[in-house]
Amino acid sequence: MQRGKGMKFVGDSRIKQGPTVSRIPKDYSEYPGRTEAFWPNFLLKEWLAGAVFLIGFLILTLAHPSPLEGLADPTDAAYIPLPDWYFLFLYELLKYEFASGTYIILGMLGIPGLAFGALLLAPFLDNGPGRRPHQRPIAVGMMLLGLVSVIWLTYSSSAAVDWEGRAEANKPVPPSEEADVVIDTEHPGYAAYETSCLACHGAELEGTAAPALYGPDFDYTAEEIADISVNGTGAMPPDQFTGTDEELEQLTEFILSVNESIE
Amino acid sequence: MLQKIYDWIDERIDLQPIWRDIADHEVPEHVNPAHHFSAFVYCFGGLTFFVVVIQILSGMFLTMYYVPDIENAWRSVYYLQTEVAHAQIVRGMHHWGASVTVVMLLLHTLRVFFQGAYKKPRELNWMVGVLLFFVILGLGFTGYLLPWDNKAFFATQVGLEMAQQVPFIGDQLKILLAGDASIVGAQTLTRFFAIHVFFLPAALFALLAVHFIMIRRQGISGPL
Repeated sequence: MQRGKGMKFVGDSRIKQGPTVSRIPKDYSEYPGRTEAFWPNFLLKEWLAGAVFLIGFLILTLAHPSPLEGLADPTDAAYIPLPDWYFLFLYELLKYEFASGTYIILGMLGIPGLAFGALLLAPFLDNGPGRRPHQRPIAVGMMLLGLVSVIWLTYSSSAAVDWEGRAEANKPVPPSEEADVVIDTEHPGYAAYETSCLACHGAELEGTAAPALYGPDFDYTAEEIADISVNGTGAMPPDQFTGTDEELEQLTEFILSVNESIE
Repeated sequence: MLQKIYDWIDERIDLQPIWRDIADHEVPEHVNPAHHFSAFVYCFGGLTFFVVVIQILSGMFLTMYYVPDIENAWRSVYYLQTEVAHAQIVRGMHHWGASVTVVMLLLHTLRVFFQGAYKKPRELNWMVGVLLFFVILGLGFTGYLLPWDNKAFFATQVGLEMAQQVPFIGDQLKILLAGDASIVGAQTLTRFFAIHVFFLPAALFALLAVHFIMIRRQGISGPL
C-alpha cells in the first residue's frame, strides 16, 4: 500500500476502491507510522479530556441551579408559553406570516420537514465523490443557509424575552405556603373582615397589597391581632377596623380559625 | 487472582474476540489531537456520548424521587431541589446536560457534514445519526413537561396543539401523546414520563448500538 505523497484515499482511510473491498478493519501490524493503539494509550487521553469536560460541566451545574417555576396552573391564562431554547427557532418561525394562519402546515411541517428531510437524505442529495467543502458548494451553501436561519430565529426569539423578569414572576411557591385556604363566609367575623381587611389582605387572606394573614410569618395571638387591627403595625395605618368590640372579637376569631384550618 | 478469574471465563466463552472487537484498533493520525490539534473536532461525537451517559445516570437517580403524577410531580421536584442532599446537583446535571447534549450533537453533526464524512460508504450511519438527533430532540420535548411547572405545562400545551394540526392523523397523534382529545393532565404526564423514560431511551440504545457497530466496521473517515 502506497503511503506518504501520492497516497490514495477513497473517502476513507480503510476501505479501498475496487470490488475486493473488505469491511473488516485490519490488524495492528498493518498500521505502521503515527497511529496509536486505542487501548490503552488513546483511551487514557480520551479519559483525561473527558475529565476536563466533566469539571467544566459540573462548574456550570453548580453556578446555575436548574430552574423550577411554580406548580402548573392550567387556569393561568396570562402565562406566555415558551419552549426550551433548542425549539425556539421552530417557535419563532411560526410567527412569520407565510408560516402561520392558513399557512400553518407550511410553517409547522413544510419548512422544517423539508430541512430535516434534506438533512436525513443528505448523502443521496449530495452524492458526488468530492468530500471537501469547495467541491460541493450547493450542499455546503444550503447547510450554511439553514444554520444562519436557525441561529437568527433563535436569537430574534430569545432577544424579545425578558428572561430575568420571567424567572422573577414565576418563582416557585413552597408547598407549605400555598396551602388550601378554606374561607367560611358564614363565620360571624367574615363580615367585619370583608369591610375592614379584604381590600388589602385579599379575599382568601392570601395578601395582595398587604402581607398574607397565614403562613410561617404570621404568628400572632388573638390580642395582638385585635391590637394591630385597631392600632396598625409597620406599614399598616391605624384605625383600619372601626367596629364594636364584639365585632373585633369575631374578626380575630375568624382570622385564627382560618389559620387553624391550614395547620 | 483477577487473571485467574479472567482465564477461567476465557477458557469457557472465549473472551478475547469480544474485547478485541471493542477495544483493539488503531487510532489514525489525522483524528488524534496529540498530532494535529485541529483534530479536536473529532471529539464531539465521543463527548455527545459522554453527556448521554451522564443523562442516563442522573436520570436513573432522579427517578428515585420523582413521582409522575400531577399532584406530586412538582412537589417531588421541589423537594428534590430543596431538601435532598446533592439532588440539586443531580437535577442540574440532568437539566443542563440536555442542553449540552444538543450543543455537542449539533457540533458533531456539523463536523461530519462539512467534512463530507457521510459519503459512500457511510450513508447509513449518517441516517442513523440523524434519527438519533430526532430521538434526542424528542427526549428534550418530553422531559420538559415532567417537572410539571408552568413553563412545562404551557409549552407542552402548545406542542400538543401543533401535533393536532398535522393533516389526517393530527387528532389521533394528539390523543396518543396526551391521552385525551382536549385535556392536558394526569394522562399526559404519565404518557410523557413513559415516553421519556422507556420508549425513547429504548430507541436511543438501539440506534446508538447500530451507530457504533457501523463505525467499528467501517472505520473513521479519512483525512480531507
